[in-house]
This record gives sequence, structure tokens and C-alpha cells, in this order.
Amino acid sequence: MASSPGDRDYTPLVGSQTDIAPLGRGGPKPGHERTAEEDVDPVLWSAIARDPDFAALVRGKMKLIIPATVFFIIYYFLLPIGVGWFPGFMERKVWGDVNIAYLFALSQFFMAWILAGIYVVAAAVWDKREHALLTKHHCETKS
Amino acid sequence: MIPLPPLAATSQSNTSLVMFLAFVAATLVITWFSARKSSGASAYFAAGRRITGWQNGLAVAGDYMSAASFLGIAGMIAMNGYDGFMYSVGFLVAYLTVLFIVAEPLRNAGKYTMADVLAYRLKPRPVRAAASVSTLTVSLFYMIAQMVGAGVLVQQLIPGISYEIAVIGVGILMVVYVVFGGMLATTWVQIIKAVLLVAGSLLLSFLVLKHFDFDLGKFFSSLTAITSTTAEGQSVTRNFLTPGLIFKNPWDQISLGMALVLGTAGLPHILIRFYTVPDAKTARASVVWAMLIIGLFYIMTTFFGFGAASILGPDHIAQHGGTNMAAPELARILGGEIFFAFICAVAFATILAVVAGLTISASTSFAHDFFTNVIHHGREHRPGEEVRVARITAFVVGALSIVIAIILGPTVNVAFLVGLAFAVAASANLPVMIFSLYWRRFNTAGAVTGLLVGLLSSILLIAVSPDFMKSAWFPLKNPALVSIPLGFFAAWLGTVLSKEVPSAEKFTEMHVRANTGLGSEKASAH
Repeated sequence: MASSPGDRDYTPLVGSQTDIAPLGRGGPKPGHERTAEEDVDPVLWSAIARDPDFAALVRGKMKLIIPATVFFIIYYFLLPIGVGWFPGFMERKVWGDVNIAYLFALSQFFMAWILAGIYVVAAAVWDKREHALLTKHHCETKS
Repeated sequence: MIPLPPLAATSQSNTSLVMFLAFVAATLVITWFSARKSSGASAYFAAGRRITGWQNGLAVAGDYMSAASFLGIAGMIAMNGYDGFMYSVGFLVAYLTVLFIVAEPLRNAGKYTMADVLAYRLKPRPVRAAASVSTLTVSLFYMIAQMVGAGVLVQQLIPGISYEIAVIGVGILMVVYVVFGGMLATTWVQIIKAVLLVAGSLLLSFLVLKHFDFDLGKFFSSLTAITSTTAEGQSVTRNFLTPGLIFKNPWDQISLGMALVLGTAGLPHILIRFYTVPDAKTARASVVWAMLIIGLFYIMTTFFGFGAASILGPDHIAQHGGTNMAAPELARILGGEIFFAFICAVAFATILAVVAGLTISASTSFAHDFFTNVIHHGREHRPGEEVRVARITAFVVGALSIVIAIILGPTVNVAFLVGLAFAVAASANLPVMIFSLYWRRFNTAGAVTGLLVGLLSSILLIAVSPDFMKSAWFPLKNPALVSIPLGFFAAWLGTVLSKEVPSAEKFTEMHVRANTGLGSEKASAH
């Protein structure tokens, strides 16, 4: 990256990894300097969007995400609702002095972890389908 | 009750000072190494996108668990039992929203800020301007809350240091991390802090369990009769596992829960963390790591929060520094002066990591959204300008929050500022983010009205809430119950009232990008 007087490359000599195009540079940019926008052929998006495999992938994601979101929101708000309006039930002791209120609050942690686990397992399958889809459309695949 | 050792104020404060200085020295070395590494926008704003999943998970946890959650929630449980524990649940469940709805599409379609996703297919300048205002509001308010908290804490933890000096010290450190070290240094400060915090709370929990001979039944039984003195001087005995000892109005709890569960996914300083990893898959992994760490931490509040209630008792805590000092005081009684000093140093580290995260999110948003994209129409006039502006902004933001924190003084009520940050994030940022990712018809007018109505309604409702007025016009402490539906409604109304038809191609492009990761920003190569 030699710069001589009159050369219109304004990139600094050292540590020049900027991902915003410097003004006045001619010619194609090296791979690491291209912005995401410039990286992909614009025609490709609609081709992938029309692919039934893509539609199936998105539908598959929604089929898990929507019910899981509805479930965790209901499960979470049952806690303040239960504590607020059904204190008698929530104060019932179930294990020694431990009551339903405490166990239900504790169960929220495991509910969150289990749902996250289910999501990760499902997402591993989506990653494979994504990879296959992009390979089919001759896009560079992700590392 | 075990006999209480006498307070050795000087030796104890010297030990915590030494430990704190060790932490500061370590983070400054990291900052020095980060500053020496390659420069450039992606390195400065996103740590070169080379942070790994577990590292980012720790950093997200470190960014999220503020002193309010460590000292505040422990104190809340210690003074009033179960309600404090219930409060902590929402902080973890909130990450399901982050995992399911925002993390991956954000990483796939954005670059440095939340507004990258919002402005993707809309008119960028008005959307970015509005998003930048909301980001700066959230970050500044949250930061001032942290700074005031920091000043108050340092006063209590190290008696020799005044409120002003503590605020100035914290402010200078956070500016140094962010101006010189950028996102890389900030990330490592957060990672170290998260490790220290988890280690400290594990050790504290272990000591509590040891106190009860590792018998959980005995531990919980000890909580059924906690005696404390009321403000009127009467002695009362309460079962600390009973809900409702401090939270009397269930609607307050529901409103707060909404702010937490929907607000976390709109907190700018959490969202920008997902740009520091190489791809969406790693972003996903980092949410899961963060959930493990945050969940583990909040479950442990059971032991050190309830432990403080049972071993120390609310009256002892009230006499020894008050609510916020419950966890450090418990450490002193169970582990001696050295452990007390360690927990105090952890509390410092906690504050520093959170303010550094807030500073970089505010300065990134100003430089990238407002300066480059709104004022300069998306172009850098000179190479490296964006990073330079971000550094100057970090400096200004730091100086500003030092001055405001000192003017407000240690007595100001800051709890509402934290509530406000979550409420604005939930009411302004999240509706607009969900609509721009999933609703094809959504347009610029909808985004701008959604952001502004969400922001203003949260601020106005807090201004007339019980925290601010003696006879409040609005009954709830947190506005989320009203302001979130308002934010969604305004975003919808703005869209349908405007004739603007958003670009169908752009939506297709973003939809493919968000779901496949095609064309997402890559990690820097070296």
C-alpha cells in the first residue's frame, strides 16, 4: 500500500482496517474492506426470497418462536398475577417451609433455560438448512 | 446470632482500596493493549467482530448486572424477603425475548447500532435521528443513575473518599476505557467484572450454606420468623418467604415485569454487544451463555439475600450501612475483612463495567447514527472521522455525567432513572424494532412516531408517578403497562396514516438477510 504524491488513496499507512470506503480510492476494494452491501449481488435477494426452501425455513422458525414466546410470557406473568391476586394459594407450603410462591419463582429460571435449550437445538437444524439454501444459490457460505 | 467482630475501618478500607486498585491496574493494561491493536471503525465500535460466544456471554452479563442488581436486590431480599427474589426473576426471563426476537436478525442485518436495523428499509435520516435521541436518553439517564450510585457506594465502602472524588474517579476511568480502548477494552472490563461477580457470589453463597451446615431445610426454616423493628419502633416477626411484604399493588409488579421482559431487548448497550461476534450463530451462543451466568447469579441471590436476612437480620443491616450494604456486610461477618474488601472491590468493578458499556453505546450512536448518517448523509468526509467523533463524544458524555451526578448529589432518588431506561427501551425501541423486522407495510412515519411517542409517554408518565409527586396523577411506579401499548399503537397509527409506501425490494432484502445471514458484516481478517 505505497502512497506517492498524487495517488488518491487517502488510507493511512498503518492500521488501515476501516470498513468505510475511503474517498477517492479507485478499483475494486479488497475483501475485508467491502461493506456488507457491496458484497452481494442485488438480484440474489429476490431469488432466495422466492425459493420455497427459504419460505419453509422462515415458517419453521416462526412455528417455534411464536408459541414459545406466547408460552414464556404467560408463564412469567402468572407469577405476579398469582402472588398479587391468589396469595392464599401461593403461600401454601409444599416442601418443609418452602411455599408455592418460591418454587414457582425458582421454576422460572429453569423454564427460561429449558426454552433456550430447545431453541438452540432447533436453531442448529435451521443453520444446516440455511447453509444448504445458500450453497444452492451459489452464495459464499459462512465460515 | 454469631458475635459480631468489631469494625476495623482503616485496615478494611485499605484492603478494599488495594484490591480495587489491582482491578483498575489490570483493566488499564487491557486498555493499553487494546489501543495498540489495529484501529479502524469495526475494531473500535465492534471489537473487530472477533469476540467468541462465551466471551460475549460473559460481557453481556457484565454489562447487564449493575450494582443495582448485585447490592440492590440482595438488600431488597435481606430487608423484605420474597418480593426481592420475585423482582430478580424478570431480569433473566427477559433474555428469552432477546434470544427469540432480536439477537440474530440484529447481527445479520446491522452494523454498529440498533438504528442500523430500524433504518435499513426506511428513510434513514429521520429514523436514525429519532433512534439516536432515544438511545442517548436511555444511556444518559441510566449512566447518571449508575454514577450517583457509584458515588454513594464508594463513600460507604471506603470511608476516606468523598462522593465527588468517587464520581470523578469513576467518570475518568470509564472515559479512559472507551476513548483509548474502544469496544475491545470495554468488553474485557465487562468479562473480568462478570467473572469476579460470579466468583464473589458463589463464595458468599457457599459460606451461607456452610453456616446452615449445608442443610437447605434448616436454611429455609430460619426464614419463617425474621424479627425486625418498624419505623414506629415496634418489633415485628415476619415470614420472609411470604409474598407481598413490600409490593402491595400487583399492577405495579405487572408493569415492572413488562418493562423488564420487553425492555431488555431494546437496551442499546446490550444490543450493540451482538455486533462484537463474528456471526448470528455466535450471537445466539452468547445469549445462552449470558442466560446461564445471569440465571446462576440471580438464583444465588436466594442464598446471600435471604442469608443476610437470617444471619444478620434487617435491624443489623439498617445499622451497618443500610439496604445496599447487606451483601458486603454479610461477607464481613462470614468471611472476615479480606472477603469484605473483595466484595467491595467487586461492587466497584460492577459499576465501572456498566458505565463503560453505557458510554460506548451512547458515543457509538451519536457518531454512527447522528454524525455520520444524519448530518453527513452516510459518508465520512475524512478517513477515521466516525471513530474520532465517537472518541470526542465519549469524552463529552463522561464529563457531562460527572457534572450532572455531582449537581444532583448523593441524596437524589435514582431508582426511577433505571426504571425509566427499561420503560423507554420497551416502549420506544422494541415496538419499532419488531415492526421493522416483521411487518412489510411498516414505514418511516410509523418508526418516527413509535420512537417519539414511546419515549415521551414514558418520560411524562414517570414525571407524574408516585416516585415524583406526592399525590400522583399516574398510580404506577413504572409506566410500561401504559407506555408499551402506546408505543406499539403509535407505530401502527403513524404507518397507516402515512401515504409512504416502503420499498418492497428492501424488505425482501432485509428479510433474507435477517434469516440467512447472507451478506452480514464479517469479522476483521487477521
